[in-house]
Amino acid sequence: MSNTKVKKMLFILSKATLENVYAAFVMANGARMEGIESEIFFTFFGLEAIQKKKLEHLHVATVGNPAMHMPTMLGGLPGVEALASKMMKKEMDKLDMPPVGEFLEILSDSGCKLWACKLAVDMFHLEEKDLIDDLDGILTIGDFYSRADQEGTQLLFI
Amino acid sequence: MDKTIAQATISVDQEGYLTDFSQWNKEIGTEIAKEQGIEMTDKHWEVIDYIQDQFKNEHPLSIRGIKKSGVLNIKEFYALFPGGPLKKATMIAGIPKPKSCI
Repeated sequence: MSNTKVKKMLFILSKATLENVYAAFVMANGARMEGIESEIFFTFFGLEAIQKKKLEHLHVATVGNPAMHMPTMLGGLPGVEALASKMMKKEMDKLDMPPVGEFLEILSDSGCKLWACKLAVDMFHLEEKDLIDDLDGILTIGDFYSRADQEGTQLLFI
Repeated sequence: MDKTIAQATISVDQEGYLTDFSQWNKEIGTEIAKEQGIEMTDKHWEVIDYIQDQFKNEHPLSIRGIKKSGVLNIKEFYALFPGGPLKKATMIAGIPKPKSCI
């Protein structure tokens, strides 16, 4: 157990852009490394990060992202998003940041619980076989809230 | 600051990490482990050896590195050093707390 006041971190990941996915993963893993419990609830587009066929093909957002310092028109050209994503993945690899699939494996092995949102799974017509094997289950939002029902729990929407 | 442990005086930082690795020995490691609620076994020492090797070779420590180490997997690592494995293992090993975020 950690000595911190925060005992448990619950992340809701609703987006599948690389920057959001990695933010959630790094924080969830960081929590486990500090002895804090952590769980991630994948909803809406966040589900792409746990779909076997899609998780290694996530992109960084080049349009509508002023921090890319690139004109929006240029960011929308074919191939620009792929190129920017490739460059970012290369930089992350230099820092020994694992690719999405391996990161999920690390999280699961570290005791971080991984949940899919039932409503979003139904909406995108997904089945359990489409999702990663390390998934801990498919939950309703009510189920997820019940997991927050203890002292020192924080919820974070990403 | 100075700390007396296992009949020796060592210098540690505020969190309890040794500031001079040359002061470390196995008895000190065992005592620090006890303070962290860990009873050292052969498997624990195997991990500490690996961590100290990485430190001596100036390889940064990370959870991914543990996965690739071939010494143990991540689940075993969390089971051996519950509640912050890399933090506790480095403290027992007498090396600085890792600065990596991963």
